[in-house]
Amino acid sequence: MQIEPRAHVSLWRAGLAPVAAIAASLLIGSGLILWAGEPVLNAYGLLFKGALGSSFALKETLTRSIPLIFTGLAAAVAFRAKFYNIGAEGQLYCGALAASFFGTGLIGLPPILMVPFLMLVGALAGGAILIVPVLLKTHLKVDEVVTTLLLNFVILLMVSYLIEGPWKDPMALGWPQAAPIVDEGVFPKLLARGRLHAGLIFAVVAAVLVWALMRFTIWGYQIRAVGHNPSAARFSGINVERTVVRTALISGGLAGLAGVSEVAGLKGYLTLDLSPGFGYTGIAVAMLAQLHPIGVIASALFLSAVYVGADAMSRAANIPTYIADVLVGLSVLAILVSVMLTRYRIHWR
Amino acid sequence: MPILEFREITKRFGDLVANDRISLSVEAGEILALLGENGAGKTTLMNILFGHYTADAGSVLVEGAEVPPGSTMAALAAGIGMVHQHFTLAGNLTVLDNIVLGTEPLRALRQNRAAARAKLARLAGDFGLAVAPDKPVGDLSVGERQRVEILKALYRDARILILDEPTAVLTPQEADDLFATLKRLTAKGLSIIFISHKLHEILKISDRVVVLRRGRIVGAVATAEADRAMLAEMMVGRAVTRPSLEPMAAGAPVLELAGVSVFGGHGPALDRVDLTIRAHEIVGIAGVAGNGQGALAGLLSGLSRPDAGSVALFGETLTRFSPRDMVRRGVGRIPEDRHASGVVGDMAVWENLVSETLSDPPASRGRAIIDKAACLDRTARLIEAYDIRCEGPLAQTKLLSGGNMQKLILARALSPEPTFILANQPVRGLDEGAIAYVQTRLLEARRGGAGILLISEDLDEVLALSDRVAVLYHGRLSGPFDRAEVTIQQIGLMMAGHAAVGSGARAEPAHAD
Repeated sequence: MQIEPRAHVSLWRAGLAPVAAIAASLLIGSGLILWAGEPVLNAYGLLFKGALGSSFALKETLTRSIPLIFTGLAAAVAFRAKFYNIGAEGQLYCGALAASFFGTGLIGLPPILMVPFLMLVGALAGGAILIVPVLLKTHLKVDEVVTTLLLNFVILLMVSYLIEGPWKDPMALGWPQAAPIVDEGVFPKLLARGRLHAGLIFAVVAAVLVWALMRFTIWGYQIRAVGHNPSAARFSGINVERTVVRTALISGGLAGLAGVSEVAGLKGYLTLDLSPGFGYTGIAVAMLAQLHPIGVIASALFLSAVYVGADAMSRAANIPTYIADVLVGLSVLAILVSVMLTRYRIHWR
Repeated sequence: MPILEFREITKRFGDLVANDRISLSVEAGEILALLGENGAGKTTLMNILFGHYTADAGSVLVEGAEVPPGSTMAALAAGIGMVHQHFTLAGNLTVLDNIVLGTEPLRALRQNRAAARAKLARLAGDFGLAVAPDKPVGDLSVGERQRVEILKALYRDARILILDEPTAVLTPQEADDLFATLKRLTAKGLSIIFISHKLHEILKISDRVVVLRRGRIVGAVATAEADRAMLAEMMVGRAVTRPSLEPMAAGAPVLELAGVSVFGGHGPALDRVDLTIRAHEIVGIAGVAGNGQGALAGLLSGLSRPDAGSVALFGETLTRFSPRDMVRRGVGRIPEDRHASGVVGDMAVWENLVSETLSDPPASRGRAIIDKAACLDRTARLIEAYDIRCEGPLAQTKLLSGGNMQKLILARALSPEPTFILANQPVRGLDEGAIAYVQTRLLEARRGGAGILLISEDLDEVLALSDRVAVLYHGRLSGPFDRAEVTIQQIGLMMAGHAAVGSGARAEPAHAD
């Protein structure tokens, strides 16, 4: 077998890559469904119906996609600069902590100011927690994958301590949760019924802003240049370290917004099960979108549909909900393969 | 019967035909020179011979027997030995260890060192290749390492030796030694394929020359019947003349280094260097790679700062060192390796062309928003002015050929009309046409009043383009000397660390290590 680079990557191939990856992951996943003893088409039918088949399902899928768009953007921005931030989960909780700290009565502002204020402090908190890992990387070359990943557990323990201890809501009948966000800080609902909230709009706006940042600004140019070739970037006058720090802060801030959105938009209060791994799934979202900020919206919607649909499927058929994790994992592996196939040609001999 | 024969070798990479029905043969005791520009197909052909690639069609025969394709083991067994341009030696092992490495059975209980030592001693004696078998390779000079590489091939009973650009890292004296060795090898019946693009070497050493261009053989002549102009024209496909230096009076100093030292990992990378470069002047720095050229270039690119001494540009002593500061002060910088630090290959041509001036108007507004229209406009003009062949400003930079990539860097560095230019290996790896273009542009800049520091490992280039020549050895600078005052032999001695010669030179001995 020989692998040769293609001279040109055609646009249709690049566009086809995620579609082919999704098809491949569903195909491979069908083997597991057969193993579980269910007819494949029936199972995927249930999954599809559970994700998109009713207005309730659709609203759930949209709601679930909101944190995934934020964490997907966080990964997409950081990975562009080859800063491998695996700590979006922890940064999400930092955002949630900040929203909970300021949004449960410490400060009173009208809604028009309170919501942006909570988002601001959440983003700052998400970024701030990355300062130590990123400075360790730029000054001591400490691998950020390790530091950001391990910080997740530190932050989760911190949250656990706070909501079991000093921040525990005495009105919560003993449940470990913080006090609810004040009404002024809660995101408005988008529809009269259901859980869909304004976070969706904020997330889409964030995606467009990130896209514009990457495409039209010097900062975006610097992030891309540093990611592709740091030594050429340095030679041309870009301060590589400063760019990496800035990228990390933006990435952490976006992940922090996911936390604010879940606390102030969906749950209403901070708990330890605020995120079922949105930070990690964000990496899959970004990979599937090939790090394109607008693509992040689409891939977040897809992965959210898989999760929501799989929940519904497992309720209706005898298939564990973990099939969703398998499908997401498979689709990420498949996208890596199919992106390679858009750039290289394989010869068998 | 020829000892080695290529029959109708064809190799394609996608749409590119790297080797197009190449047939050639090598006789025993012959030195065959393979001449061609970068990308002509020399390396591909040798990789097929050595089993790194499999040919799409054709076969390789050694003494009439076909060598199984795609197997390095088979090539070695057939008696083919390769001396790579970048040596494949382990620095922390001894000479003997390096030579026997890979020839011993994997699961033997003890090594038969005495026999290996005896064989090496015999080979060294037979071919006049003196080496100390117990010295770590890391302590050897470049010329000695090359000798070890040759011995390594001979130890495996090679009868056909391939040398890929063997003189690229040698001083002129070391190159002469190598040529004497090659003559001794052929006298004993070995055959040699000598790959080079330096015409004078090929004329000096080879018996026959085969010229490749765009994957095809375009000429095969006996060296005795060839001359420089004829080979050059065959290689390039048309007559090419490199520009020559016209005499010109130097002006005011543009760059002054006084006692500049830069410390590297092991001792000083630059050791108390004094150097003045004036307007209308090119100062060439000769030296074997790794003798402080990188530190000097890094300093003048703004990537590092001096640990001692002072650097003055246009009479003003510098206190800040950064690429931005250098560009702002009017320094044009051509980096050593265009792929590694010259361009971002995955970004567009326009993005690379404006990279040094992106935060200034008109390329951007408010130091934040890129004015793409203005950038594209500027790029279109530079593509035109510097004859950069590409699909347009939006083309991906990595798709450009080496010559066009270098023109892009040239356009970026020279279009602001800098008064001091750092040209670090400006023509390395380029084809003849691009070399002439780059050199012409540098000479134009000199005429326009720029002072130029030219760093090159190619001594011919330094001598052809420089008003004054200096030599770097272990971070110490000898000279500069007026071009007319020194001979190539004297420069070669200085490159090897012998005391500087000629007027105004330091009398102290060179480093002993």
